[in-house]
Amino acid sequence: MRFYEYESRRMVERAGIPVTEYGFCKTAEEARQAAEKIGGPTVIKSQVLTGGRMKAGGVKFADTAEEAEAHAEQILKLEIGGHMPVGVLVDPKAEVEQEYYAAVLWDGRAKRPMMLFSDMGGIDIEEVAEKHPDHVGRGHLSNLQPIPDFRAKEVVANVGMTGRELTRATPVLARLAQLQRDFDLTLAEINPLARLADDSFIALDAHLEMEGEAVGRHQKVLAELEVELTEPRELYEPSEFERNVKAIDDADHRGVIQGKDHGFEGNLGLVIGAGGGSLTLTDAVRSQGGKPANYAEIGGNPSVAKAQGLAREVLKKDGVEKIAVMMSIVSNTRVDIVARGVIKACLELGKDPAETIAVFRIPGAWEEEGAKILNRYGIEFKDRSTSMWEAAGEAVERIQG
Amino acid sequence: MSILLREDFTFIVQGITGREAVNLTKECLDYGSKVVGGVTPGRKGREVHGVPVFDTVQQAVENHGRPIDGSVVTVPPAFTKDAVFEAIENGIGLIVVVTERIPRRDVAEMVELAGLRGARIIGPNCLGIIVPGVAKMGGIGGPAKDAAKAYAPGPVGVMSRSGGMTTEISSSLTAAGLGVSTAISIGGDAIIGSTYAELMPLFEEDEGTEAIVIYTEPGGRMEAELVDWREHAGSRLPIVAFMAGKFMDEEEMKGMSFGHAGTIVEGAEDSATQKIARLEAAGIPVVERIDEIPSAVKERLGAKV
Repeated sequence: MRFYEYESRRMVERAGIPVTEYGFCKTAEEARQAAEKIGGPTVIKSQVLTGGRMKAGGVKFADTAEEAEAHAEQILKLEIGGHMPVGVLVDPKAEVEQEYYAAVLWDGRAKRPMMLFSDMGGIDIEEVAEKHPDHVGRGHLSNLQPIPDFRAKEVVANVGMTGRELTRATPVLARLAQLQRDFDLTLAEINPLARLADDSFIALDAHLEMEGEAVGRHQKVLAELEVELTEPRELYEPSEFERNVKAIDDADHRGVIQGKDHGFEGNLGLVIGAGGGSLTLTDAVRSQGGKPANYAEIGGNPSVAKAQGLAREVLKKDGVEKIAVMMSIVSNTRVDIVARGVIKACLELGKDPAETIAVFRIPGAWEEEGAKILNRYGIEFKDRSTSMWEAAGEAVERIQG
Repeated sequence: MSILLREDFTFIVQGITGREAVNLTKECLDYGSKVVGGVTPGRKGREVHGVPVFDTVQQAVENHGRPIDGSVVTVPPAFTKDAVFEAIENGIGLIVVVTERIPRRDVAEMVELAGLRGARIIGPNCLGIIVPGVAKMGGIGGPAKDAAKAYAPGPVGVMSRSGGMTTEISSSLTAAGLGVSTAISIGGDAIIGSTYAELMPLFEEDEGTEAIVIYTEPGGRMEAELVDWREHAGSRLPIVAFMAGKFMDEEEMKGMSFGHAGTIVEGAEDSATQKIARLEAAGIPVVERIDEIPSAVKERLGAKV
């Protein structure tokens, strides 16, 4: 789950890392008041869940409160990457001596959190790592031991920092590491981290992401920070198809169905599973010239109603002529239940199952029963002797006539 | 021959009274596995398909009278870390974590503790391990009769990030007359207990294994780790790979997660295209179709002889 910058700042502040005296504003009038309170040059930043704000005109500088108000007015109306801002952040324009980069994220290969620090902040860290590797310090943390300050110090020292610069930057990185651990963050990044004229360090921006699986156990703190979980925090707004499939899935605890159609515009509906099988089958359809209308996953033995619901939503999509019902060999999900679900979906929409179901290939549990049901409606049951690739190919062939 | 499991391998099921766990226990018993106990707090004294249930792992070990080799953990995500710690601290050496949707930090803690105690974790979010005709540990392959249909003994070791695809691939190897030495559903999460590279040394030492098949997906650095290991260790085993999720390389799919939690492309190195290039450069062929796997394996086995 991604956080807005203003939420990230609250969390960073809570972790003991200094931030500027910022104001989160939902209207231009509030932005003016915030700028008046700050009483000097300000930065007005769009609060939007996407990168590239600066380029898109979502960050502007103001010398007066009136100017701040005018900028806020514009920015609040500005869509960036398909997202509307939830507000603006009014920040004092800091007198910065130097910018740094600090982050803590997972290193999947080491299976540990990794701290990253650079004395070249404000720019893309991957670029710094490539062009100036000696300006990027790295260090892993144990998952079991308390987070030791010395590890953070080592990382900062690795980029060649010493003196007050080192001793003041170290606690910032150590606290960021603690924040990453305490809140199950997949990314905790401060960029830029600024050193001011008095040699103090302050976070000018923060980017935090919490692992979806862990959101449940942080409800209390999220509420304290006034983080609203009601609005979708995806990279894009879910489509009607995606919302409907999710509602069907949520309504019944048995089994799992998932559907996505962002980026898919084809005519062949996919009612497929399970996790790896869905990825394999989507590739197999595309590689053979097919155009999937969606991605889907069936797993964990869903009810007839759930399988029916997924097939119905796929069939209701604009431009979908046929569906391919395919899975890798199942041992838990029952073939007969999926068969009944997809047939019911066809009938419910007044479609002939034999015409609508381009292929049915689900080998495994209860396949004899499934085959019987399918045969009754004139649908050929494909068992494991038809490979996943071949089944996908037949579906493509049938829809292309 | 096999890795990890053998005929006299004993294990318990933590969370044994849950619906899925009851099925899993029956499947394993029917397949010939030695399930010597189950644990569900507060349910001591019950039985699940003849397997005694205890409140603690310690009680299960005491009842058995000697160390227990393994545990299948299938408890809700919020309790999984503690259950795995309990197994490790009671001397259990091989832990299959079935549970899905466990926060990464919990997994990382389990894996680190296992490393300190010399235990091995398979999973989470996996279906377990099967040695065809000998034993299975977890839901892999489903009911015993279905498992028998897909898994015949043979010379190929299978490692897969997808549980279902472990069976699909093994079934294709079985149908082609090759068969499987040991198949492991290693789990689809971003952090898992045992990666390809971490299991390879076991296959390397197993006389019954002559080739390896891996199923992989975009996301993570596990293939790079495998390639590095192979270059470093100089393996005798040919590897054939299959990569699913190539469609995720499309621009509009960037940053989206499909399938497993680990299947999200976070950097260029994570993409299917990059991974395929990396594997092939290291002499690991990546086939386009599952049904090409058996012939690719045969080719490499033939070349070896």
